[in-house]
Amino acid sequence: MKLVIAIIQPYKLEEVKEELYKKGINLLTVSEVLGHGRQKGVTEIYRGAKETGNLLRKIRLEIAVNENFVEPTIKAIIEGAKTGETGDGKIFVLDLNECVRIRTEERGSVAIG
Amino acid sequence: MINSGDTAWVLISSALVLLMTPGLAFFYGGMVRRKNVLSVLMQCLIIMCVLSLQWVLIGYSLSFHPGDGFWGGLGWFGLNGVGLEPYADYAGTIPHQAFMVFQAMFAIITPALIIGAFAERMKFSAFLIFTLLWATFVYDPLCHWVWGAGGWLKNMGALDFAGGTVVHINAGIAALVTAIVLGRRSNLDKNVPTPHNMPFVVLGTALLWFGWFGFNAGSALAANGLAVNAFVVTNTAAAAAGLSWALIEWLRNGKPTIFGVCSGAVAGLVAITPAAGFVNATSAIVIGLLVSAFCFIAVTVIKPLFGYDDSLDAFGVHCVGGIWGALATGLFASKLVNPVGANGLFFGNPKQFLIQLATVGITVVYTAVVTFFIYKLVDLFIGMRVDEKTEAMGLDLTQHHERAYTVLE
Repeated sequence: MKLVIAIIQPYKLEEVKEELYKKGINLLTVSEVLGHGRQKGVTEIYRGAKETGNLLRKIRLEIAVNENFVEPTIKAIIEGAKTGETGDGKIFVLDLNECVRIRTEERGSVAIG
Repeated sequence: MINSGDTAWVLISSALVLLMTPGLAFFYGGMVRRKNVLSVLMQCLIIMCVLSLQWVLIGYSLSFHPGDGFWGGLGWFGLNGVGLEPYADYAGTIPHQAFMVFQAMFAIITPALIIGAFAERMKFSAFLIFTLLWATFVYDPLCHWVWGAGGWLKNMGALDFAGGTVVHINAGIAALVTAIVLGRRSNLDKNVPTPHNMPFVVLGTALLWFGWFGFNAGSALAANGLAVNAFVVTNTAAAAAGLSWALIEWLRNGKPTIFGVCSGAVAGLVAITPAAGFVNATSAIVIGLLVSAFCFIAVTVIKPLFGYDDSLDAFGVHCVGGIWGALATGLFASKLVNPVGANGLFFGNPKQFLIQLATVGITVVYTAVVTFFIYKLVDLFIGMRVDEKTEAMGLDLTQHHERAYTVLE
């Protein structure tokens, strides 16, 4: 079992979701986060005071998958989120030790899907 | 002879009508996604600035100077000749400038209503030019036709107490035209945009309802019985329509919503606008109850059927509600309410209904054609629509370098 964490552009969320659904991956958690990568902040100006290096709004996806779904998940996220410009985001894949479905108390791979 | 009571009431009414534009800003601002809320507020606020100036320089003259039946002309350019004595053709008991500033508030809110149709995807620079041209070549002439001394629709006998035709049908048709030619927002089918702040919508509705007393009761241009009648029917129609929309939703969707009550109340206010000085309170209830049904159908059935993206239903509420109000005036108007008005169909005068129908038709055609032309002109020179990435990022950051809400701090 793996946990796929992706940081993407907020406006790409819909496309990523769509790509994931196409591949049958429809269990995910989405949160709004702030972060800073290589991309420069968007300029904001308040009464003439410029703010550049602001933290940028990003979307963080968390998707727990069984091994055979790892590659399709990565592909789907890339297809949905890639523009080729800095700021497209990152994907992290982590080992997942355990997964429990609270309703049934099932554990492991069966609890993921 | 200046009457101090009349003057006080018209000045207060002017302030009430002005407040409707920021009210509208919150009404619309709550409905858009949060990445675009400032763009909507900005569009409303900048209209207050730009059109206040346009009105004083040329707008009032084009609209109200007694030119010919079609065009006021520039005789009152820069308010030259618009003084502090009454001008009897419009209002005999208040200073001419009080009438002028009251009308200024109508000229401000009308183009602001159109924002609801093109919200979330129009370039700010293009919006500015479009609005200025629209106010000058659509609003000002139409205003002259219906309200100006010698205006040809006025001479035809059209009844429009507070601006059902000039304000609501006019803005509503312009809304439909811009929504169609501008095209749908991207990703609309996959991702139905939900209003980002419903309490703002309620706040906006409250401010609109409050300000509308100035809009309608102020249109009596005097502190008299007619103003009271307009005040009473305005409140009554808004109440009936707000309730009616909620009941329709309850029956059809299983639950009444606050968004529905707000939409209904505004639709009721729109519908009673042309009728406010000509109908009684029971007629106002009928007008209010029915307008929600018409607007509900326009918004939930007709819009999806044709697929135009009238983002915040400027056409569905203001044009449909406005047309119903103009026609209802032809049905329910009564000389018992206003002896200088006319009787409608239900009071034995079917001709009035036909006059109202003709006025609606003329407004729809004129506004649609000229709006389309202005749109194409601005589009040709600077482009009306933002590109797809800008739209996705939101207009607040891309057009104004600001955002409404922070996440941390």
